[in-house]
Amino acid sequence: MYNNENVILNQCPNTGKDSLNAISIRDLNVFADKTQILKSLNIDIPKHKITVILGPSGCGKTTLLKSMNRLTDLYKALEVSGQICIHGEDILLSHKDMSALRQKTGLLSQKPYPLPVSLYKNITYGPKLKGIKNKKILDKIVTRQLKEVGLWEEVKDRLNASPDCLSIGQQQRLCLARGLAVKPSIILADEPTSALDPTSSQIIEKQFMKIKKTYTIVLVTHVVRQAMRLADYVVFMHNGEIIETGGVEIFKNPKTDQMKEYLINGN
Amino acid sequence: MGRFRYSYNFITGKWMLVTLAVILCLPVIIGISLGIRSADLLHDNGLIDLLFSSAWAPSKGEFGFLPFILSSLYVTIIAFVLAAPVCLLAAMYITQFSKPRMMKIMYPVADVMAGIPSVIYGMWGIIVIIPFVRDVLAPLFNVHTTGYSILSGGIVLAVMCIPYMLNMLIESFKTVPQGLRESALALGATHWQMVKHVVVRKSFPGILSAFGLGITKAFGETLAVMMVVGNVVQFSLNPFDPAYPLPALIANNFGEMMSIPMYDSALMFAALILLVVILIINLFFRYFIYRSKKIR
Repeated sequence: MYNNENVILNQCPNTGKDSLNAISIRDLNVFADKTQILKSLNIDIPKHKITVILGPSGCGKTTLLKSMNRLTDLYKALEVSGQICIHGEDILLSHKDMSALRQKTGLLSQKPYPLPVSLYKNITYGPKLKGIKNKKILDKIVTRQLKEVGLWEEVKDRLNASPDCLSIGQQQRLCLARGLAVKPSIILADEPTSALDPTSSQIIEKQFMKIKKTYTIVLVTHVVRQAMRLADYVVFMHNGEIIETGGVEIFKNPKTDQMKEYLINGN
Repeated sequence: MGRFRYSYNFITGKWMLVTLAVILCLPVIIGISLGIRSADLLHDNGLIDLLFSSAWAPSKGEFGFLPFILSSLYVTIIAFVLAAPVCLLAAMYITQFSKPRMMKIMYPVADVMAGIPSVIYGMWGIIVIIPFVRDVLAPLFNVHTTGYSILSGGIVLAVMCIPYMLNMLIESFKTVPQGLRESALALGATHWQMVKHVVVRKSFPGILSAFGLGITKAFGETLAVMMVVGNVVQFSLNPFDPAYPLPALIANNFGEMMSIPMYDSALMFAALILLVVILIINLFFRYFIYRSKKIR
């Protein structure tokens, strides 16, 4: 007989083109050896919005973010189960083309990690992996992406220089440009301003506000003020669990004691 | 109590400077003393003759070091060619592909290998490598050999260099930040592309230093090579022939050097050549490390 219930369980929630959600996470559990880092999380991340994952250090925010592009594979001790649907496809199922999967998302880490090659090659690395070899197209991509993150004017004369000659804030924008060059639909940002000075942080935040029209942004942060400035949708985590989710109004009316306490301490 | 603390502070700082100065002076002192002792030979025979002549007859006053220099280089190159790829791939596997437990097993193994005295490597070479070269490798190439050969020396040396090169390679691969590796993967690189484009490139200076260390280690190793290389004064391109590297020359003849005139000076000169070659190798690698740190 046809088991209807099972089919519904295994089906991906709609995260396709017509859906309002870019990512749907169902019953996500992550274990490291025997400790549970993430405890059956269910989240829908809205499209073309900034979703802020807020919470204290060590609550599993980064693990959640890394499981969204399967960087958790790097850590052999981690065991991930559940469902993460992006574009109507469960990315946790064994995947043949991990490169294509990861190119759907762009990653921005806590510290900028420019590749040990020139500025130009940093941007073209992703597109080249996609198979783009035409020099003219690559030139165009470099120009477009550097302009998109507002770095073009600052570096256009030294595209063949090492990223070491950039300030850390410029490096972080380079990393953003590099991530955008593979044309992802989602940006995963893991406390992207935590190593930056306030001015550089502000530039990155402004970029996010600007590009959210075309990208879905998932931002991990422990800074309440940053969350308030940027968030369209908030996921508050504590100890591997989701405590509260909602729009910006939850900053004014937190329902749970944990969130209330965090907001008070955070301000 | 506090009255002398500034003096102590001053004295401690100066002491450290003195110890550092001693260390910095050591190679210079060694070089100068070897130079002084070999001056007689240099004066009599001339530098060009000593380095490029292959006539070796100490009792007739003929001292041509070319066969020894070439033997040393040949054995070293064979050792390097055998050991470098093995170490590189093993270090890559341990740091990039295997489970972390592998590294915990590898460190003690490498440390024990590094700690084994060279005489044991020499004995092992005699009982294992020499029969292997004589009975297995040589018939493959239709060559007849006693087994005491350049190739045996190279193999034993390769085994001896492995722990040093491997440890250094592992260390330099480990310094590549996790975040950088993740960035490359997130951009769509496969694991191997990530290793190739990011890990190898980022730790390239470290790879060069490891190789440099391995080569100098192989070039200067004395006892184990001496036991398997045959010690015949000649130079042949055939790796199944015996040879006579510089360190072996010094160690073998040190006891009897007083009986022949100029022989002691000749051995000092051999030591000086060793020192200079190692200096040149080091400078060479330093230069390439410096070059590789600049972005391409």
